[in-house]
Amino acid sequence: MSKNAVDKNGIEDTEIIISKTLRAGVALSGAITCLGLVLFLLTGNSGYPGESFPTSVFEILRGLGTLKPYAVMLSGLFLLILTPVLRVGVSIVTFLKEKDYMYAAITATVFIILIISFLMGKK
Amino acid sequence: MISITAIILLISVFAGFIGSLLGLGGGIIITPALTLLLGIDIKYAIGASIVSVIATSSGSAIAYLKDKITNVRAGMFLEIATTIGALTGAFLAGVVSTRYLYLIFGFLLLYSAGNMFKKRNQELPQEFPINPLADKLKLNGSYWDRALSRQVDYHVTGVYGGFGMMYAAGVISGLLGIGSGIFKVMAMDSFMKLPMKVSTATSNFMIGVTAAASAGIYLTRGNIDPKIAAPVALGVLLGAAVGTKLMQRLKSRTLRLVFIPVLLYVSIEMIMKGIRL
Repeated sequence: MSKNAVDKNGIEDTEIIISKTLRAGVALSGAITCLGLVLFLLTGNSGYPGESFPTSVFEILRGLGTLKPYAVMLSGLFLLILTPVLRVGVSIVTFLKEKDYMYAAITATVFIILIISFLMGKK
Repeated sequence: MISITAIILLISVFAGFIGSLLGLGGGIIITPALTLLLGIDIKYAIGASIVSVIATSSGSAIAYLKDKITNVRAGMFLEIATTIGALTGAFLAGVVSTRYLYLIFGFLLLYSAGNMFKKRNQELPQEFPINPLADKLKLNGSYWDRALSRQVDYHVTGVYGGFGMMYAAGVISGLLGIGSGIFKVMAMDSFMKLPMKVSTATSNFMIGVTAAASAGIYLTRGNIDPKIAAPVALGVLLGAAVGTKLMQRLKSRTLRLVFIPVLLYVSIEMIMKGIRL
């Protein structure tokens, strides 16, 4: 049991760092999405013709530069989609810092699989 | 436009609330509500539901991690199985008959609903068989249970079975696009004997990663319509903030009683789909 107590200190730091990463990501993406939605509802203009909306990261970022409501909303959503990926990335670093190499390797494996599935989707 | 946005927002608050309580993505609420209630094209409903899964996961993980209910190690370890499973699912799409998958997993859920009903009065897992692999992976844990006002120590068992079930959960969510959360809770609750609260919190922690892997595809395919997905994301985040607060005050027994009807509903729907296909 005493071995467990030592392990727990490490995992608690990891938990707090992951929780903070998620909180920052969620707060930022929520604020941006909300801003876009308010812009859209107030102006009644999406910034894009008809029912269309941007579907690539490049288009979204270009629209964000000119504050097109749909592009702002999608930027927030894209950031939200990135939070779990970011969380896995941050975990690898934190486990390494804790010298928990087994879990650093486990988390890195998950990260690589995530990247592979991201790339597969690009096709 | 404002009224539709408000309705979507309200539905999503409810979905985020239920999702964060039970460790599910809220897709079982979002998809039917958007398509049946508001007549939104399934194409956009699916995109909104994947956004809902990620919002529930990230939104509730903040609170559950802070309160140490999530078993991070178990989550990370099992994510290997779910992500490889999701990849397998993507490869298998169009190769295997989804009809049998719906039937097999529908009945599996029905069986586990029965199992859960049998232990409906059990607050915490009773027997703790020693599992060497769980020790090696440092999966055992403890959390402060606010409803019981005490620290709960627990041991993890059935690591192989749980890992296998997680792989299956990844395959079917990759193939059928459903049930990623429900099978995760089942694997942790039935196979690995984690306390119910730890199972739902850890499932919540995990579902975002699996969903993020496919969300990129949905975005480029044009499934994520901002005027639908944005209120969904905001509503779900709000609902999850409320749900996470309530979950800690609920007894595991109560949580299970809410979970069983949802399990029954999903299993019957899957079986019906399998029969109709």
